[in-house]
Amino acid sequence: MTSILVVGEATADGGLSRISTEVATLARTLAGQAGADISGIVVATDPTVAATDLAGYLPAVTAIADPAEADHVAPQRVASAVLEAARAADYILLGASPDGRDVAGMLSALLGRGVLVNAVGVDWDDGPVVEMSAFGGKLITRSRFAGGSGIVTVRPTVVTAEPAAEPGTVTAASAEPGADLPAVTVVDRVAEASAAAPIEEARIIVAGGRGVGSVDGFRLVEELAEALGGAVGASRAAVDSGWIPYSQQIGQTGKIVKPRLYLALGISGAIQHKVGMQTAETIVAVNRDPDAPIAEFADLVVVGDLFAVGPAILAELRSRSG
Amino acid sequence: MLRIVVLIKPVPDPASAAERLTPDWRLDRTAAPPVINGNDEYALEAALKLVEAHGGEITVLTMAGHGATDVTRKALAMGATRGVIVTDDALAGSDAVSTARVLAAALRELEYDLVFAGIDSSDGVGGLVHAAVATLLGLPYCSYAARIEPNLEARTVRVRRISPVGYDVLEAPMPALVAGTQALGEPRYPSLKGIMAARSKEVITRSLADLDLADGSVGGRASTTQVLDAKQPPARAATRVVRGAPDEAAREVVAFLAERRLI
Repeated sequence: MTSILVVGEATADGGLSRISTEVATLARTLAGQAGADISGIVVATDPTVAATDLAGYLPAVTAIADPAEADHVAPQRVASAVLEAARAADYILLGASPDGRDVAGMLSALLGRGVLVNAVGVDWDDGPVVEMSAFGGKLITRSRFAGGSGIVTVRPTVVTAEPAAEPGTVTAASAEPGADLPAVTVVDRVAEASAAAPIEEARIIVAGGRGVGSVDGFRLVEELAEALGGAVGASRAAVDSGWIPYSQQIGQTGKIVKPRLYLALGISGAIQHKVGMQTAETIVAVNRDPDAPIAEFADLVVVGDLFAVGPAILAELRSRSG
Repeated sequence: MLRIVVLIKPVPDPASAAERLTPDWRLDRTAAPPVINGNDEYALEAALKLVEAHGGEITVLTMAGHGATDVTRKALAMGATRGVIVTDDALAGSDAVSTARVLAAALRELEYDLVFAGIDSSDGVGGLVHAAVATLLGLPYCSYAARIEPNLEARTVRVRRISPVGYDVLEAPMPALVAGTQALGEPRYPSLKGIMAARSKEVITRSLADLDLADGSVGGRASTTQVLDAKQPPARAATRVVRGAPDEAAREVVAFLAERRLI
Protein backbone atom coordinates (compact mmCIF):
# COMPACT_ATOMS: atom_id res chain seq x y z
CA MET A 1 0.00 0.00 0.00
CA THR A 2 1.25 3.46 -0.91
CA SER A 3 2.21 5.56 2.09
CA ILE A 4 2.36 9.32 2.57
CA LEU A 5 4.22 11.06 5.39
CA VAL A 6 3.61 14.67 6.43
CA VAL A 7 6.55 16.32 8.19
CA GLY A 8 4.92 18.91 10.46
CA GLU A 9 6.69 22.07 11.49
CA ALA A 10 6.57 23.41 15.04
CA THR A 11 6.62 27.15 15.65
CA ALA A 12 8.99 28.86 18.09
CA ASP A 13 6.33 28.75 20.83
CA GLY A 14 5.77 25.00 20.36
CA GLY A 15 2.54 25.16 18.34
CA LEU A 16 1.96 23.77 14.85
CA SER A 17 2.70 26.13 11.99
CA ARG A 18 -0.25 27.08 9.86
CA ILE A 19 1.34 25.73 6.70
CA SER A 20 1.53 22.27 8.29
CA THR A 21 -2.26 22.29 8.79
CA GLU A 22 -2.64 23.07 5.08
CA VAL A 23 -0.15 20.40 3.99
CA ALA A 24 -1.85 17.83 6.24
CA THR A 25 -5.25 18.70 4.75
CA LEU A 26 -3.89 18.32 1.23
CA ALA A 27 -2.15 15.03 2.08
CA ARG A 28 -5.37 13.64 3.57
CA THR A 29 -7.25 14.47 0.36
CA LEU A 30 -4.54 12.76 -1.73
CA ALA A 31 -4.53 9.70 0.51
CA GLY A 32 -8.30 9.48 0.08
CA GLN A 33 -7.94 9.55 -3.72
CA ALA A 34 -5.07 7.07 -3.69
CA GLY A 35 -6.31 4.74 -0.98
CA ALA A 36 -2.95 5.40 0.63
CA ASP A 37 -1.80 5.07 4.19
CA ILE A 38 -1.11 8.46 5.78
CA SER A 39 0.71 9.63 8.90
CA GLY A 40 2.49 12.64 10.31
CA ILE A 41 5.63 13.33 12.28
CA VAL A 42 6.73 16.33 14.34
CA VAL A 43 10.16 16.97 15.86
CA ALA A 44 10.60 19.73 18.45
CA THR A 45 12.14 20.43 21.83
CA ASP A 46 8.68 19.66 23.21
CA PRO A 47 6.46 18.36 20.39
CA THR A 48 3.35 17.74 22.51
CA VAL A 49 1.20 20.64 21.36
CA ALA A 50 2.28 20.59 17.71
CA ALA A 51 1.79 16.80 17.44
CA THR A 52 -1.66 16.99 19.04
CA ASP A 53 -2.59 19.79 16.64
CA LEU A 54 -1.33 17.76 13.67
CA ALA A 55 -3.35 14.77 14.86
CA GLY A 56 -6.40 16.98 14.38
CA TYR A 57 -5.75 16.56 10.66
CA LEU A 58 -4.18 13.11 10.35
CA PRO A 59 -5.04 9.65 11.71
CA ALA A 60 -1.62 8.93 13.23
CA VAL A 61 1.17 11.25 14.33
CA THR A 62 4.60 10.47 15.77
CA ALA A 63 5.91 13.05 18.25
CA ILE A 64 9.67 13.16 18.62
CA ALA A 65 11.08 15.14 21.52
CA ASP A 66 14.52 16.47 20.64
CA PRO A 67 15.89 18.53 23.53
CA ALA A 68 18.91 19.54 21.41
CA GLU A 69 16.67 21.73 19.26
CA ALA A 70 16.60 24.26 22.09
CA ASP A 71 20.09 25.47 21.16
CA HIS A 72 20.58 24.10 17.65
CA VAL A 73 19.14 25.22 14.35
CA ALA A 74 16.15 23.04 13.50
CA PRO A 75 16.37 21.66 9.92
CA GLN A 76 19.40 19.38 10.50
CA ARG A 77 17.83 18.00 13.67
CA VAL A 78 14.48 17.42 11.98
CA ALA A 79 15.90 15.79 8.84
CA SER A 80 18.02 13.46 10.95
CA ALA A 81 15.20 12.52 13.33
CA VAL A 82 12.58 11.83 10.61
CA LEU A 83 14.97 9.99 8.27
CA GLU A 84 13.85 6.43 9.01
CA ALA A 85 10.15 7.34 8.88
CA ALA A 86 10.81 9.18 5.63
CA ARG A 87 12.64 6.20 4.15
CA ALA A 88 9.69 3.97 4.98
CA ALA A 89 7.21 6.31 3.25
CA ASP A 90 6.71 6.50 -0.51
CA TYR A 91 5.89 10.20 -0.60
CA ILE A 92 6.87 12.93 1.84
CA LEU A 93 4.99 16.23 1.99
CA LEU A 94 6.16 19.36 3.77
CA GLY A 95 5.55 23.07 3.71
CA ALA A 96 7.62 25.26 1.42
CA SER A 97 8.74 27.38 4.40
CA PRO A 98 12.40 28.27 5.05
CA ASP A 99 12.83 25.27 7.38
CA GLY A 100 10.72 23.04 5.12
CA ARG A 101 12.93 23.78 2.12
CA ASP A 102 16.07 23.03 4.11
CA VAL A 103 14.63 19.75 5.43
CA ALA A 104 13.52 18.75 1.90
CA GLY A 105 17.00 19.41 0.51
CA MET A 106 18.64 17.34 3.24
CA LEU A 107 16.19 14.44 2.89
CA SER A 108 16.60 14.45 -0.88
CA ALA A 109 20.36 14.05 -0.48
CA LEU A 110 20.05 11.41 2.24
CA LEU A 111 17.42 9.35 0.41
CA GLY A 112 18.45 10.10 -3.18
CA ARG A 113 14.86 11.08 -3.92
CA GLY A 114 13.50 13.73 -6.22
CA VAL A 115 11.78 16.86 -4.99
CA LEU A 116 8.94 18.80 -6.61
CA VAL A 117 9.06 22.22 -5.05
CA ASN A 118 6.63 25.02 -4.23
CA ALA A 119 3.54 23.09 -5.31
CA VAL A 120 0.55 25.31 -6.05
CA GLY A 121 -1.70 22.29 -6.53
CA VAL A 122 -1.38 18.51 -6.17
CA ASP A 123 -3.55 15.79 -7.74
CA TRP A 124 -3.20 12.05 -7.67
CA ASP A 125 -2.74 9.82 -10.71
CA ASP A 126 -0.78 6.75 -9.68
CA GLY A 127 1.41 9.12 -7.63
CA PRO A 128 1.31 12.83 -6.96
CA VAL A 129 0.94 15.11 -9.98
CA VAL A 130 2.29 18.46 -8.90
CA GLU A 131 1.43 21.87 -10.31
CA MET A 132 4.21 24.42 -10.03
CA SER A 133 4.26 28.05 -11.00
CA ALA A 134 7.19 28.87 -13.31
CA PHE A 135 8.76 32.21 -14.21
CA GLY A 136 6.85 34.11 -11.57
CA GLY A 137 3.46 32.81 -12.64
CA LYS A 138 3.83 33.05 -16.43
CA LEU A 139 3.42 29.30 -16.77
CA ILE A 140 1.95 26.49 -14.70
CA THR A 141 3.82 23.20 -15.16
CA ARG A 142 2.58 19.76 -14.12
CA SER A 143 5.21 17.25 -13.03
CA ARG A 144 5.46 13.80 -11.53
CA PHE A 145 8.14 11.57 -10.07
CA ALA A 146 9.95 9.19 -12.39
CA GLY A 147 10.05 6.44 -9.75
CA GLY A 148 7.47 5.49 -7.16
CA SER A 149 8.68 7.90 -4.50
CA GLY A 150 9.51 11.54 -3.91
CA ILE A 151 9.32 14.68 -1.79
CA VAL A 152 6.84 17.53 -2.34
CA THR A 153 7.04 20.98 -0.77
CA VAL A 154 3.76 22.90 -0.79
CA ARG A 155 3.36 26.68 -0.93
CA PRO A 156 1.33 28.39 1.80
CA THR A 157 -2.33 29.24 1.11
CA VAL A 158 -2.68 26.59 -1.64
CA VAL A 159 -5.43 24.78 0.27
CA THR A 160 -7.68 25.79 3.15
CA ALA A 161 -6.90 23.79 6.27
CA GLU A 162 -9.74 21.56 7.39
CA PRO A 163 -9.49 19.28 10.45
CA ALA A 164 -10.36 15.59 10.08
CA ALA A 165 -13.78 14.39 11.24
CA GLU A 166 -12.06 12.57 14.10
CA PRO A 167 -8.70 13.38 15.66
CA GLY A 168 -5.92 10.81 15.21
CA THR A 169 -3.54 9.23 17.65
CA VAL A 170 -0.23 10.63 18.90
CA THR A 171 2.64 8.28 19.62
CA ALA A 172 5.73 9.57 21.41
CA ALA A 173 9.14 8.43 20.20
CA SER A 174 12.66 9.30 21.22
CA ALA A 175 15.03 11.17 18.94
CA GLU A 176 17.33 8.60 17.42
CA PRO A 177 19.42 10.38 14.86
CA GLY A 178 19.08 8.63 11.52
CA ALA A 179 21.89 10.59 9.95
CA ASP A 180 25.02 12.24 11.19
CA LEU A 181 24.36 15.83 10.11
CA PRO A 182 26.69 18.36 11.72
CA ALA A 183 24.73 20.30 14.34
CA VAL A 184 24.86 24.08 14.12
CA THR A 185 24.60 25.95 17.42
CA VAL A 186 22.20 28.84 17.96
CA VAL A 187 24.10 31.24 20.20
CA ASP A 188 21.38 33.89 20.28
CA ARG A 189 17.78 34.38 19.16
CA VAL A 190 17.03 38.02 18.48
CA ALA A 191 13.50 39.40 18.20
CA GLU A 192 13.45 42.68 16.34
CA ALA A 193 11.03 45.40 17.33
CA SER A 194 10.38 46.06 13.67
CA ALA A 195 9.31 42.45 13.07
CA ALA A 196 5.90 42.30 11.42
CA ALA A 197 3.44 39.49 10.75
CA PRO A 198 4.85 36.95 8.27
CA ILE A 199 3.62 37.58 4.75
CA GLU A 200 3.87 34.10 3.23
CA GLU A 201 0.80 32.79 5.02
CA ALA A 202 -1.26 35.99 4.98
CA ARG A 203 -4.68 35.98 3.28
CA ILE A 204 -4.53 39.74 2.83
CA ILE A 205 -1.40 41.78 2.17
CA VAL A 206 -1.12 45.56 2.03
CA ALA A 207 2.19 46.43 0.42
CA GLY A 208 4.05 49.71 0.05
CA GLY A 209 6.66 50.77 -2.47
CA ARG A 210 8.77 53.71 -3.43
CA GLY A 211 5.70 55.95 -3.51
CA VAL A 212 5.20 55.52 0.25
CA GLY A 213 8.25 57.74 0.63
CA SER A 214 9.34 57.22 4.25
CA VAL A 215 9.15 55.19 7.44
CA ASP A 216 6.33 57.49 8.53
CA GLY A 217 4.53 56.80 5.28
CA PHE A 218 4.49 53.11 6.16
CA ARG A 219 2.20 53.90 9.11
CA LEU A 220 -0.60 54.30 6.59
CA VAL A 221 0.27 50.91 5.07
CA GLU A 222 0.26 49.35 8.55
CA GLU A 223 -3.06 50.95 9.46
CA LEU A 224 -4.69 49.69 6.28
CA ALA A 225 -3.26 46.21 6.90
CA GLU A 226 -4.66 46.26 10.40
CA ALA A 227 -8.08 47.46 9.25
CA LEU A 228 -8.21 44.67 6.65
CA GLY A 229 -6.79 42.02 9.00
CA GLY A 230 -3.75 41.55 6.79
CA ALA A 231 0.04 41.67 6.85
CA VAL A 232 2.39 44.40 5.64
CA GLY A 233 4.52 43.76 2.56
CA ALA A 234 6.90 45.89 0.55
CA SER A 235 8.68 46.24 -2.73
CA ARG A 236 12.44 46.14 -2.88
CA ALA A 237 12.68 49.92 -3.25
CA ALA A 238 11.04 50.37 0.17
CA VAL A 239 13.32 47.76 1.77
CA ASP A 240 16.45 49.26 0.20
CA SER A 241 15.42 52.64 1.58
CA GLY A 242 15.30 51.13 5.06
CA TRP A 243 11.60 51.85 5.63
CA ILE A 244 10.74 48.23 6.38
CA PRO A 245 12.76 45.03 7.07
CA TYR A 246 13.85 42.66 4.31
CA SER A 247 11.63 39.93 5.80
CA GLN A 248 8.62 41.76 4.34
CA GLN A 249 10.02 42.07 0.81
CA ILE A 250 7.96 40.55 -1.98
CA GLY A 251 9.51 39.71 -5.33
CA GLN A 252 12.37 38.04 -7.10
CA THR A 253 14.94 38.16 -4.29
CA GLY A 254 12.31 38.38 -1.57
CA LYS A 255 9.25 36.24 -0.96
CA ILE A 256 6.62 34.86 -3.30
CA VAL A 257 3.09 35.27 -2.01
CA LYS A 258 -0.38 34.24 -3.12
CA PRO A 259 -2.87 36.06 -0.90
CA ARG A 260 -6.59 36.44 -1.60
CA LEU A 261 -6.13 40.24 -1.68
CA TYR A 262 -3.03 42.23 -2.56
CA LEU A 263 -3.40 45.97 -2.02
CA ALA A 264 -0.39 47.76 -3.53
CA LEU A 265 0.33 51.35 -2.53
CA GLY A 266 2.87 53.33 -4.50
CA ILE A 267 4.26 50.19 -6.18
CA SER A 268 4.96 50.45 -9.90
CA GLY A 269 4.85 46.68 -10.44
CA ALA A 270 8.16 46.14 -12.22
CA ILE A 271 8.85 42.54 -13.26
CA GLN A 272 11.06 41.88 -10.20
CA HIS A 273 8.07 42.67 -7.95
CA LYS A 274 5.43 41.18 -10.20
CA VAL A 275 6.95 37.67 -10.05
CA GLY A 276 6.40 37.70 -6.29
CA MET A 277 2.72 38.58 -6.27
CA GLN A 278 0.99 38.21 -9.60
CA THR A 279 -0.79 35.02 -8.61
CA ALA A 280 -2.72 36.87 -5.88
CA GLU A 281 -6.44 36.28 -6.38
CA THR A 282 -7.36 39.96 -6.35
CA ILE A 283 -4.93 42.82 -6.93
CA VAL A 284 -5.89 46.40 -6.12
CA ALA A 285 -3.37 49.19 -6.70
CA VAL A 286 -3.23 52.85 -5.81
CA ASN A 287 -0.74 54.72 -7.96
CA ARG A 288 -0.33 58.23 -9.24
CA ASP A 289 0.95 56.98 -12.59
CA PRO A 290 -1.79 55.51 -14.80
CA ASP A 291 0.92 53.99 -17.01
CA ALA A 292 2.67 52.08 -14.19
CA PRO A 293 3.16 48.39 -15.13
CA ILE A 294 0.89 47.35 -12.25
CA ALA A 295 -2.06 48.94 -14.07
CA GLU A 296 -1.67 46.22 -16.71
CA PHE A 297 -2.32 43.29 -14.40
CA ALA A 298 -4.20 44.64 -11.37
CA ASP A 299 -7.93 43.98 -11.12
CA LEU A 300 -8.61 47.52 -9.99
CA VAL A 301 -6.38 50.57 -10.13
CA VAL A 302 -7.04 53.86 -8.43
CA VAL A 303 -5.16 56.64 -10.18
CA GLY A 304 -4.36 59.08 -7.42
CA ASP A 305 -2.23 60.12 -4.46
CA LEU A 306 -1.97 57.24 -2.00
CA PHE A 307 -1.85 59.70 0.90
CA ALA A 308 -5.28 60.99 -0.11
CA VAL A 309 -6.85 57.71 -1.26
CA GLY A 310 -5.35 55.55 1.51
CA PRO A 311 -6.85 57.49 4.44
CA ALA A 312 -10.17 57.68 2.56
CA ILE A 313 -10.19 53.87 2.20
CA LEU A 314 -9.36 53.60 5.89
CA ALA A 315 -12.25 55.91 6.80
CA GLU A 316 -14.62 54.01 4.53
CA LEU A 317 -13.58 50.66 6.06
CA ARG A 318 -14.04 52.05 9.57
CA SER A 319 -17.44 53.51 8.77
CA ARG A 320 -18.56 50.10 7.45
CA SER A 321 -17.41 48.24 10.52
CA GLY A 322 -18.42 51.20 12.70
CA MET B 1 43.64 33.95 4.64
CA LEU B 2 40.18 32.79 3.74
CA ARG B 3 39.32 30.42 0.90
CA ILE B 4 35.75 30.73 -0.24
CA VAL B 5 33.93 28.84 -2.99
CA VAL B 6 30.82 30.60 -4.28
CA LEU B 7 28.24 28.52 -6.18
CA ILE B 8 26.84 30.60 -9.01
CA LYS B 9 24.10 29.74 -11.48
CA PRO B 10 23.34 31.31 -14.84
CA VAL B 11 19.63 32.12 -15.06
CA PRO B 12 17.61 33.74 -17.83
CA ASP B 13 17.60 37.46 -17.07
CA PRO B 14 14.33 37.92 -15.13
CA ALA B 15 14.21 41.54 -16.30
CA SER B 16 13.91 40.33 -19.90
CA ALA B 17 10.58 38.59 -19.16
CA ALA B 18 11.44 36.43 -22.18
CA GLU B 19 11.79 33.08 -20.37
CA ARG B 20 10.17 30.06 -21.99
CA LEU B 21 10.31 26.28 -22.07
CA THR B 22 11.53 24.05 -24.90
CA PRO B 23 9.05 21.68 -26.61
CA ASP B 24 10.19 18.93 -24.20
CA TRP B 25 9.47 21.21 -21.23
CA ARG B 26 13.00 22.11 -20.27
CA LEU B 27 14.11 25.65 -19.58
CA ASP B 28 14.99 27.23 -22.93
CA ARG B 29 18.34 28.72 -22.03
CA THR B 30 18.60 30.55 -25.34
CA ALA B 31 15.40 32.54 -24.88
CA ALA B 32 16.83 35.21 -22.59
CA PRO B 33 20.37 36.43 -21.91
CA PRO B 34 22.06 34.55 -19.03
CA VAL B 35 22.91 36.52 -15.88
CA ILE B 36 24.28 35.48 -12.48
CA ASN B 37 21.31 34.48 -10.33
CA GLY B 38 20.44 37.49 -8.14
CA ASN B 39 20.84 35.78 -4.77
CA ASP B 40 24.17 34.26 -5.88
CA GLU B 41 25.47 37.77 -6.56
CA TYR B 42 24.74 38.79 -2.96
CA ALA B 43 26.68 35.73 -1.77
CA LEU B 44 29.56 36.61 -4.10
CA GLU B 45 29.61 40.20 -2.85
CA ALA B 46 29.75 38.97 0.76
CA ALA B 47 32.69 36.74 -0.19
CA LEU B 48 34.51 39.63 -1.91
CA LYS B 49 34.13 41.85 1.18
CA LEU B 50 35.36 39.09 3.50
CA VAL B 51 38.42 38.41 1.36
CA GLU B 52 39.16 42.14 1.20
CA ALA B 53 39.04 42.23 5.01
CA HIS B 54 40.86 38.96 5.81
CA GLY B 55 42.87 38.20 2.68
CA GLY B 56 42.33 35.05 0.70
CA GLU B 57 40.81 33.84 -2.54
CA ILE B 58 37.48 33.11 -4.14
CA THR B 59 36.65 30.30 -6.52
CA VAL B 60 33.31 30.52 -8.35
CA LEU B 61 31.85 27.13 -9.22
CA THR B 62 29.06 26.69 -11.73
CA MET B 63 27.39 23.68 -13.32
CA ALA B 64 25.83 24.69 -16.58
CA GLY B 65 25.93 24.44 -20.31
CA HIS B 66 24.62 27.66 -21.75
CA GLY B 67 25.72 30.82 -19.95
CA ALA B 68 28.40 29.29 -17.72
CA THR B 69 31.21 31.26 -19.35
CA ASP B 70 29.29 34.55 -19.26
CA VAL B 71 28.52 34.35 -15.54
CA THR B 72 32.00 33.11 -14.67
CA ARG B 73 33.58 36.03 -16.58
CA LYS B 74 31.35 38.49 -14.76
CA ALA B 75 32.21 36.98 -11.35
CA LEU B 76 35.93 37.14 -12.20
CA ALA B 77 35.49 40.77 -13.27
CA MET B 78 33.81 41.52 -9.92
CA GLY B 79 36.94 40.16 -8.21
CA ALA B 80 36.76 36.37 -7.88
CA THR B 81 40.13 34.64 -8.20
CA ARG B 82 39.27 31.73 -10.49
CA GLY B 83 36.37 29.89 -12.02
CA VAL B 84 35.45 26.22 -12.23
CA ILE B 85 32.85 25.22 -14.80
CA VAL B 86 31.34 21.75 -14.78
CA THR B 87 29.83 21.11 -18.16
CA ASP B 88 28.79 17.95 -19.98
CA ASP B 89 26.12 17.20 -22.55
CA ALA B 90 24.79 14.47 -20.25
CA LEU B 91 23.95 17.12 -17.63
CA ALA B 92 21.09 18.64 -19.64
CA GLY B 93 17.84 18.07 -17.75
CA SER B 94 19.55 17.46 -14.39
CA ASP B 95 17.27 17.55 -11.37
CA ALA B 96 18.12 18.92 -7.93
CA VAL B 97 19.54 15.60 -6.68
CA SER B 98 21.88 15.32 -9.69
CA THR B 99 22.93 18.94 -9.48
CA ALA B 100 23.79 18.52 -5.80
CA ARG B 101 25.83 15.36 -6.51
CA VAL B 102 27.80 17.06 -9.27
CA LEU B 103 28.50 20.19 -7.23
CA ALA B 104 29.52 18.05 -4.25
CA ALA B 105 31.94 16.07 -6.46
CA ALA B 106 33.43 19.28 -7.83
CA LEU B 107 33.80 20.68 -4.30
CA ARG B 108 35.68 17.56 -3.19
CA GLU B 109 38.45 18.62 -5.58
CA LEU B 110 38.73 22.10 -4.07
CA GLU B 111 40.13 23.45 -0.83
CA TYR B 112 37.96 25.88 1.07
CA ASP B 113 37.00 27.28 4.45
CA LEU B 114 33.53 28.39 3.38
CA VAL B 115 31.10 27.61 0.58
CA PHE B 116 28.54 30.30 -0.24
CA ALA B 117 25.39 30.02 -2.33
CA GLY B 118 22.32 32.14 -3.01
CA ILE B 119 19.24 31.08 -1.05
CA ASP B 120 17.33 30.24 -4.22
CA SER B 121 17.40 30.88 -7.95
CA SER B 122 15.03 33.09 -9.89
CA ASP B 123 14.35 30.39 -12.50
CA GLY B 124 13.73 27.27 -10.41
CA VAL B 125 13.06 28.88 -7.00
CA GLY B 126 13.72 25.46 -5.44
CA GLY B 127 16.24 26.66 -2.90
CA LEU B 128 17.29 23.19 -1.85
CA VAL B 129 20.36 22.25 -3.88
CA HIS B 130 22.73 23.91 -1.38
CA ALA B 131 21.16 22.05 1.57
CA ALA B 132 21.63 18.82 -0.37
CA VAL B 133 25.26 19.70 -1.20
CA ALA B 134 26.03 20.40 2.48
CA THR B 135 24.40 17.10 3.43
CA LEU B 136 26.37 15.10 0.85
CA LEU B 137 29.65 16.67 2.03
CA GLY B 138 28.83 16.55 5.75
CA LEU B 139 29.29 20.32 6.01
CA PRO B 140 27.63 22.41 8.72
CA TYR B 141 24.84 24.32 6.97
CA CYS B 142 23.54 27.82 7.69
CA SER B 143 20.76 29.27 5.52
CA TYR B 144 18.85 32.55 5.10
CA ALA B 145 22.00 34.47 5.96
CA ALA B 146 21.80 38.23 6.47
CA ARG B 147 25.37 38.52 7.79
CA ILE B 148 28.42 36.23 7.73
CA GLU B 149 31.31 36.69 10.16
CA PRO B 150 34.17 34.16 10.09
CA ASN B 151 36.63 33.92 12.96
CA LEU B 152 39.86 32.66 11.44
CA GLU B 153 41.61 31.99 14.75
CA ALA B 154 38.76 30.00 16.23
CA ARG B 155 38.03 28.43 12.81
CA THR B 156 34.32 29.17 13.23
CA VAL B 157 31.76 31.23 11.36
CA ARG B 158 28.87 33.21 12.82
CA VAL B 159 25.80 33.67 10.66
CA ARG B 160 22.70 35.75 11.19
CA ARG B 161 19.84 33.54 9.98
CA ILE B 162 16.63 35.45 9.30
CA SER B 163 13.81 34.10 11.51
CA PRO B 164 10.08 34.89 11.54
CA VAL B 165 10.61 37.41 14.37
CA GLY B 166 14.09 38.75 13.68
CA TYR B 167 17.20 36.63 13.39
CA ASP B 168 19.06 33.78 15.04
CA VAL B 169 22.81 33.93 15.48
CA LEU B 170 24.30 30.60 14.40
CA GLU B 171 27.80 29.37 15.03
CA ALA B 172 29.43 26.57 13.08
CA PRO B 173 32.95 25.20 12.69
CA MET B 174 34.65 25.80 9.35
CA PRO B 175 34.49 24.52 6.68
CA ALA B 176 30.78 25.29 6.45
CA LEU B 177 28.21 26.06 3.75
CA VAL B 178 26.22 29.30 4.00
CA ALA B 179 23.22 30.16 1.83
CA GLY B 180 22.75 33.93 1.66
CA THR B 181 20.04 36.45 0.91
CA GLN B 182 19.75 39.97 -0.46
CA ALA B 183 20.16 41.22 3.13
CA LEU B 184 23.92 40.57 2.72
CA GLY B 185 24.19 43.76 0.69
CA GLU B 186 24.21 45.19 -2.80
CA PRO B 187 26.66 43.58 -5.25
CA ARG B 188 29.29 45.77 -6.90
CA TYR B 189 29.56 46.47 -10.60
CA PRO B 190 32.71 45.16 -12.28
CA SER B 191 35.23 47.96 -12.83
CA LEU B 192 37.01 48.39 -16.14
CA LYS B 193 40.18 47.25 -14.39
CA GLY B 194 38.33 44.20 -13.09
CA ILE B 195 37.04 43.37 -16.57
CA MET B 196 40.57 43.61 -17.99
CA ALA B 197 42.04 41.52 -15.15
CA ALA B 198 39.38 38.84 -15.61
CA ARG B 199 40.73 38.01 -19.07
CA SER B 200 43.88 36.48 -17.65
CA LYS B 201 42.27 34.67 -14.71
CA GLU B 202 42.15 30.90 -14.55
CA VAL B 203 38.99 29.08 -15.69
CA ILE B 204 39.00 25.33 -15.19
CA THR B 205 36.52 23.14 -17.07
CA ARG B 206 35.45 19.77 -15.74
CA SER B 207 33.41 17.04 -17.41
CA LEU B 208 31.52 14.25 -15.68
CA ALA B 209 34.37 11.88 -16.56
CA ASP B 210 36.81 14.23 -14.79
CA LEU B 211 34.63 13.97 -11.68
CA ASP B 212 34.21 10.18 -11.92
CA LEU B 213 30.49 10.66 -12.46
CA ALA B 214 30.18 9.40 -16.04
CA ASP B 215 28.32 6.26 -14.94
CA GLY B 216 24.80 7.54 -15.65
CA SER B 217 24.13 8.26 -11.95
CA VAL B 218 23.61 11.96 -12.67
CA GLY B 219 22.20 14.12 -15.46
CA GLY B 220 19.01 14.14 -17.49
CA ARG B 221 18.79 10.37 -17.82
CA ALA B 222 18.92 9.94 -14.04
CA SER B 223 16.25 12.56 -13.43
CA THR B 224 13.87 11.66 -10.61
CA THR B 225 11.16 14.01 -11.86
CA GLN B 226 9.51 14.65 -15.18
CA VAL B 227 7.44 17.52 -16.50
CA LEU B 228 4.14 16.35 -18.02
CA ASP B 229 2.97 19.60 -19.55
CA ALA B 230 2.81 23.36 -19.10
CA LYS B 231 0.02 25.79 -19.63
CA GLN B 232 -0.59 29.47 -19.23
CA PRO B 233 -2.55 30.42 -16.13
CA PRO B 234 -6.06 31.73 -16.76
CA ALA B 235 -5.78 35.31 -17.98
CA ARG B 236 -6.64 38.00 -15.44
CA ALA B 237 -9.79 39.96 -16.10
CA ALA B 238 -9.45 43.44 -17.59
CA THR B 239 -8.27 46.12 -15.21
CA ARG B 240 -10.91 48.48 -13.84
CA VAL B 241 -9.49 52.00 -13.63
CA VAL B 242 -10.87 54.39 -11.03
CA ARG B 243 -10.21 58.12 -11.18
CA GLY B 244 -11.81 60.91 -9.26
CA ALA B 245 -11.99 62.39 -5.79
CA PRO B 246 -10.35 60.29 -3.05
CA ASP B 247 -13.63 59.78 -1.16
CA GLU B 248 -15.41 58.51 -4.25
CA ALA B 249 -12.48 56.31 -5.25
CA ALA B 250 -12.30 54.89 -1.71
CA ARG B 251 -16.01 54.04 -1.76
CA GLU B 252 -15.54 52.27 -5.06
CA VAL B 253 -12.54 50.28 -3.74
CA VAL B 254 -14.36 49.21 -0.59
CA ALA B 255 -17.49 48.25 -2.55
CA PHE B 256 -15.27 46.19 -4.89
CA LEU B 257 -13.67 44.40 -1.91
CA ALA B 258 -17.09 43.72 -0.42
CA GLU B 259 -18.37 42.39 -3.75
CA ARG B 260 -15.47 39.92 -3.78
CA ARG B 261 -16.12 39.05 -0.14
CA LEU B 262 -12.68 40.23 0.92
CA ILE B 263 -14.07 42.33 3.78
